[in-house]
Amino acid sequence: MSETKTKEKTTEENKTMSYKIIEHKFDAVVVGAGGAGLRATMGLAAEGLSVACVTKVFPTRSHTVAAQGGMSASLGNMGKDDWRWHMYDTVKGSDWLGDQDAIEYMCREAVPAVVELEHQGVPFSRTEEGKIYQRPFGGMTTEYGKGAPAQRTCAAADRTGHAILHTLYQQSLKHDANFFIEYFAVDLIMEDGECKGVIAIDMSDGTVHLFRGHAIILATGGYGRTYFSCTSAHTCTGDGNGMVLRAGLALQDMEFVQFHPTGIYGAGCLITEGVRGEGGFLSNSEGERFMERYAPSAKDLASRDVVSRAMTMEINEGRGVGENKDHIFLHLEHLGPEVIEKRLPGIAESAEIFAGVDVTKEPIPVIPTAHYNMGGIPTNYHGEVVNKVGDDPDKVVTGLYAIGEAACVSVHGANRLGSNSLLDIVVFGRAVAHRVADKVKPGTKHKDLQSNVVEKIMADFDKIRYADGDKTTAELRLELQTTMQKHALVFRTGKIMQKGCDKVAKIVEDYQNLKLTDRSLIWNTDLIEALELRNLLSQAKVTIFGANAREESRGAHAREDFPDRDDVEWMKHTLSYVDENNEVSFKYRPVHMNTLTDECEVIPPAKRVY
Amino acid sequence: MAEFSLPKNSKITKGKYIKAQGATNVRKLKVYRWDPDTGDNPRTDTYEIDMDSCGPMVLDALIKVKNEIDTTLTFRRSCREGICGSCAMNIDGTNTLACTKSMRDCKDTVSIYPLPHMDVIKDLVPDMSHFYAQYASVQPWIQTDSVPLPDTERLQSIEDREKLDGLYECILCACCQTSCPSYWWNGDRYLGPAVLLQSYRFLADSRDEYTGERLEDLEDPFKVFRCHTIMNCTNTCPKGLNPGKAIGEIKKLIAERHAL
Repeated sequence: MSETKTKEKTTEENKTMSYKIIEHKFDAVVVGAGGAGLRATMGLAAEGLSVACVTKVFPTRSHTVAAQGGMSASLGNMGKDDWRWHMYDTVKGSDWLGDQDAIEYMCREAVPAVVELEHQGVPFSRTEEGKIYQRPFGGMTTEYGKGAPAQRTCAAADRTGHAILHTLYQQSLKHDANFFIEYFAVDLIMEDGECKGVIAIDMSDGTVHLFRGHAIILATGGYGRTYFSCTSAHTCTGDGNGMVLRAGLALQDMEFVQFHPTGIYGAGCLITEGVRGEGGFLSNSEGERFMERYAPSAKDLASRDVVSRAMTMEINEGRGVGENKDHIFLHLEHLGPEVIEKRLPGIAESAEIFAGVDVTKEPIPVIPTAHYNMGGIPTNYHGEVVNKVGDDPDKVVTGLYAIGEAACVSVHGANRLGSNSLLDIVVFGRAVAHRVADKVKPGTKHKDLQSNVVEKIMADFDKIRYADGDKTTAELRLELQTTMQKHALVFRTGKIMQKGCDKVAKIVEDYQNLKLTDRSLIWNTDLIEALELRNLLSQAKVTIFGANAREESRGAHAREDFPDRDDVEWMKHTLSYVDENNEVSFKYRPVHMNTLTDECEVIPPAKRVY
Repeated sequence: MAEFSLPKNSKITKGKYIKAQGATNVRKLKVYRWDPDTGDNPRTDTYEIDMDSCGPMVLDALIKVKNEIDTTLTFRRSCREGICGSCAMNIDGTNTLACTKSMRDCKDTVSIYPLPHMDVIKDLVPDMSHFYAQYASVQPWIQTDSVPLPDTERLQSIEDREKLDGLYECILCACCQTSCPSYWWNGDRYLGPAVLLQSYRFLADSRDEYTGERLEDLEDPFKVFRCHTIMNCTNTCPKGLNPGKAIGEIKKLIAERHAL
């Protein structure tokens, strides 16, 4: 460890002060300790690399813990299954925006990944034969969509994310990985187009830390908190995505935001799709199982975007339930107390606490709720961050990696299938560990930084710390969230989105008028929330601008003014950038329509019906 | 006779009282505050909350204070649905999660303190590092000598898997740990209910092959046996788990081991 000092001004007038920078040198640095970050940390430690995991919350508080339904893998424990069928379902689910080489990799690796988790101790529910229990989930079929629904989603009751996250943390303890817990990552150290480290603040005492690494792996999750109503935790602010935009790099496909059909009305808390997997169904004010009309084969187990749109249409046409006819009922009372107790105990508890409902007797009031970001930091299937440079759409950014919801590999394309997210984090957390181990020799020396990049980051940080305008973080955040909720929801039109773009642009400008009260450096959450808001703002901006630019309907991006998918013009990934003046610009990258091996075939675009 | 008195800096003073302007449906939050930068004694600030513009849970009320009244109020929170364990605190005298505790189930003036008997970093944020170190000390990961087949899962019967129910669901919030008087006295050496619950989770797992070593490691006058079945742990657990029973099971396993 060495200590260097930045050349900050220390005059009282501009209130800046000298920040002592504590420098740490590792082979690899993981930012984030959800499922993806922990799997990478554990893997890198096991490969013999020195690794630091920097995380703003204690690992088991990460939002992976809230995943309920399960993790998909074609184990075939409940009937015949094949990873190629899983691949087909995922490509179709992605509405042909997913990269097929990456999807092949994920679905093929799913089986060893889940077996490995079992060996590591995940308490999966079991079948009569003692194998891992698997349940049906939306969009999961057999025989390339022609067969019966697949039972592919490996479950630990309805607490699968909790079970996996805790196990991965336990494995990280076993491998004695270095954790820097409650450290907030501020910015990436970029020099000559390479990533050489990350700056983080130790929240407990305000010390500033420079983590040098030959591989910086962003596993910082999604940015659900750009919306007013979301299933995401308060901490889901996409800090890695924010850092990437400030580094001048791209985010990909940010317009694709998944609305989960069953967030609890009012509270936003998630009710797993596993409820419908176990036989639950939705009904409107007429008591009708309306999904039969929208998806005659898959019914309530159609893909999430399809179900959310159907629910929204029912409500818009006056068939919503409740006093204001503005939500839908989810029934599981017919499943009987035994199934509920065995398979769905967690949601029974949540429904009682947050909706006051006894699920054995009454339906749960639900509403489509912002849930998952298909978009994120563009990577290849090794987890290496890519950028479009000149004619090369897949140019690797040296030293920078991204995994999990923060990344856009892209395996989810325009719409993620339920239970493919826990799969994604484990498969690509593992892949990135292998890739970094191949590329980085343990103990490789770090060259001194040549530029003033650290000073610049700390100057921006200091400016926010002493912000003395007239709007609090909470006020600006609420404006942003209500704007996104109104202007970039399940159904979108150019007119509504244009208004939203103008509003979001103004809120971004308003960040200059930010006011903080807490000037301390010890557990200053006033400051941390302001830094998180800075990240939310840029992500919201590229989300709504990107959505307005994409003139078609695909997956989760449904436009009333462009109701059809347009493969000629729009079967491509959006790359969005934000410059120093907060101006958004776009480039586009082709979708990978190739497979990795000849063990499967490219799935050509087709009309998507369930 | 020895005379005991609290150190000067631990006496809690009465802080600010902040009224809600123009509100008709008012509840009060009395919140422990401590600012590590000033060195002043801790205080309790009281905030009036307009419940007509506030969510139903204690966490909603705390967030309302932070957003609208005093942005310096400091507490941990994340999932807001009772699964991450961040917002554990002492509410109306009981350790629980602020996110799942309804304001309706609280006294008219809701008293909010950090988890008891932990060092406080700031306001409602306690230092959890000793608790986490104790958790790591019981080697909470599956340990086997036999190598499972690489291509397939180990088998576990439904009955064996059921033995983990009520154990694996722990969210490490430390509500039980910090409600235990025995832990208050001997927290340096007694492992406490949350850690022992997790220790038992691996003892109870049919796949784990290190039962003997684990029990050997727990044999000590303090680690397990400072549990005096006071059962505050079980009463307070916000997830409805029963750490007291798990500790009893560990004691039984140790006794059985000696009887052999």
